Amino acid sequence: MWGIIRQKVAAGGGSPVARIRPVVSNLRNYSSAVKQMMVREALNSALDEEMSADPKVFLMGEEVGEYQGAYKISKGLLEKYGPERVLDTPITEAGFTGIGVGAAYYGLKPVVEFMTFNFSMQAIDHIINSAAKSNYMSSGQISVPIVFRGPNGAAAGVGAQHSHCYAAWYASVPGLKVLSPYSSEDARGLLKAAIRDPDPVVFLENELLYGESFPVSAEVLDSSFCLPIGKAKIEREGKDVTITAFSKIVGLSLKAAEILAKEGISAEVINLRSIRPLDRSTINASVRKTNRLVTVEEGFPQHGVGAEICASVIEESFGYLDAPVERIAGADVPMPYAANLERMAVPQVEDIVRAAKRACYRSVPMAAAA
Amino acid sequence: MATAYSSAKFVQPLSLNSTINGRSRDNSLFDPLKTGTSFLGSTRKLRVNSVHSNQGNVRRRLPVVAVSEVVKEKKLITKQEGLELYEDMILGRSFEDMCAQMYYRGKMFGFVHLYNGQEAVSTGFIKLLKKEDSVVSTYRDHVHALSKGVPARAVMSELFGKATGCCRGQGGSMHMFSKEHNLLGGFAFIGEGIPVATGAAFTSKYRREVLKEADCDHVTLAFFGDGTCNNGQFFECLNMAALWKLPIVFVVENNLWAIGMSHLRATSDPQIYKKGPAFGMPGFHVDGMDVLKVREVAKEAIERARRGEGPTLVECETYRFRGHSLADPDELRDPAEKARYAARDPITALKKYLIESSLASEAELKAIEKKIDEVVEDAVEFADESAPPPRSQLLENVFADPKGFGIGPDGRYRCEDPKFTEGTAHV
Repeated sequence: MWGIIRQKVAAGGGSPVARIRPVVSNLRNYSSAVKQMMVREALNSALDEEMSADPKVFLMGEEVGEYQGAYKISKGLLEKYGPERVLDTPITEAGFTGIGVGAAYYGLKPVVEFMTFNFSMQAIDHIINSAAKSNYMSSGQISVPIVFRGPNGAAAGVGAQHSHCYAAWYASVPGLKVLSPYSSEDARGLLKAAIRDPDPVVFLENELLYGESFPVSAEVLDSSFCLPIGKAKIEREGKDVTITAFSKIVGLSLKAAEILAKEGISAEVINLRSIRPLDRSTINASVRKTNRLVTVEEGFPQHGVGAEICASVIEESFGYLDAPVERIAGADVPMPYAANLERMAVPQVEDIVRAAKRACYRSVPMAAAA
Repeated sequence: MATAYSSAKFVQPLSLNSTINGRSRDNSLFDPLKTGTSFLGSTRKLRVNSVHSNQGNVRRRLPVVAVSEVVKEKKLITKQEGLELYEDMILGRSFEDMCAQMYYRGKMFGFVHLYNGQEAVSTGFIKLLKKEDSVVSTYRDHVHALSKGVPARAVMSELFGKATGCCRGQGGSMHMFSKEHNLLGGFAFIGEGIPVATGAAFTSKYRREVLKEADCDHVTLAFFGDGTCNNGQFFECLNMAALWKLPIVFVVENNLWAIGMSHLRATSDPQIYKKGPAFGMPGFHVDGMDVLKVREVAKEAIERARRGEGPTLVECETYRFRGHSLADPDELRDPAEKARYAARDPITALKKYLIESSLASEAELKAIEKKIDEVVEDAVEFADESAPPPRSQLLENVFADPKGFGIGPDGRYRCEDPKFTEGTAHV
């Protein structure tokens, strides 16, 4: 299943270079044999494969059928599976989410798409009260194998009501699993895991990542590929400061790590992947290694994901910290519309770099220069 | 008063009296006049009150109707009115066309939803309002703002994200607010504006009856689309508006499509105007591509609300010539359908009417078009030259109370620190 091919050029005998070329499965290797896949295609293929593997899986949401998906994630699925399994709903989030939860009670596996997670607020009663709490309230008799998915967080210039990040909201609810992929590998693996999972899963994608391509190995493309829920991934190893992030911010953190490397700071970037359950052991192990922590997220600061990570690290690894934990979040204001204000309201690469430097006691100003 | 009812056939549901007499004994539980039942509540006092009020209602209740094709012939208008309507519709159309141009040049961004083709509804309704009346809209709100009186410069600046916009650049295309003109938004979520509008109507009634401002007869208009009519909030508000007789008119701009979802695929009973009588208010269906017909029905509905007789549901059959938003490829709509509605363009129809009934000459109408072109060009220039919002504006207006950001680490209110609104939001 791993399919790693290694070509070793024999070192002895005259050829100056011994080269190991893993062709697949190491995603940081950009060799030409590795396929590039957009996050959009990754999600589409994951949905496609899960729907063909299990006839109980169906997709419902606004514009998922004839429109091919509001962001084209469900492209081609209507032709393949028909209108009984790919349902275009009227604009009734509360209604169709409730219908999905009811179907899940009786053994089907719905995938409910919200055009953006902002609209899930119209259905949040069903997500939390009907789906998340049912297994507990029924003492294990009713499980709800449902997936709520859709884009989450800020896009570009869409205003205050379309830019809210719901990671912290849903991650505070016991009974829900909350996942947030970054790359195509994450998207495929986590969506498949979510659909196969017997519990309600909130799957937070990001609109700006849909068009980004990432290299994927043959293992990822296999139809039984699945990532474990509750396990974070260390995207980049380092030894000076730990940076935790999820979704689009992972990309910004990796760029920040490149900049920091040039200044002699080796940053370890953790892609959380799973917000609930949070992979506290990976985060703490990393902090015990680097002794410094910077948490980055796009959502609002108070009671955010970063707050939880900081509290967890202080509880479990206080003695290992060499510097106060740094928390970077979106500005504590509803998202403004004007382009320059919006840029200021969302974390940028420079903010991450400055926070990492502060954690490493390099003197930097607290706020960005004008 | 009777004009709207006399000229059309109407569907009259059974009045409460006949229903009760016709029911069998088995259904006597639902008979509010029978004092023997405990259905109306457990206390004797409550039962007596409700029986009394029910009897009153039964006698006073008028038949609630759902009317289609309510206006057969156009009513006469004066030249002044005609030119005003024409100018407003041309302003809406030119403005939206300019928005599309600006979007493709990168000056506007995010979500932009254009109103081309639906101008008759906005002009027909809003031009009958006073300044104190309120309008609540959805994300397709540029033209509602313009009709209500928000200057084109302010709307264009808002769309460009400049500090001179009507919301200083903080709202954007979908969130147009104006306290001065009583434009209450601008909501992105469909169905979100309807309860807000119902609340505004409630305030109007409250001010008149509880606060004793006897001349407060403000009416509220709620604009929304066909997709919204399947949403729970719509029905909840129809119920409460009729229950409390609120001065509101629910205007459905039925353009048959919700992004790519056809109204017929999403709705069990596509005739929205019939949903009014189910809640006890009249429902009218009008040709929304004809501004004069819309205006007639609007007059009826707004007068009804002003007199305190309660809400009305008006369904305007209209069409949007462009896609749902500027990012919508608009592939699902049949070109033949688009052509059919393009032939019924409300602006061409009004122009034809004005010229044929000798209310205005070609030259006058051309002069209006030229004037509007200049207004729109001026708006673009103004918006272009305006400055973007300053950095300090990021943290403003989160709270009305300036102490809302709490107390800083130095023990003083954060808002008193002059450095608080500088730099990024390090709160």
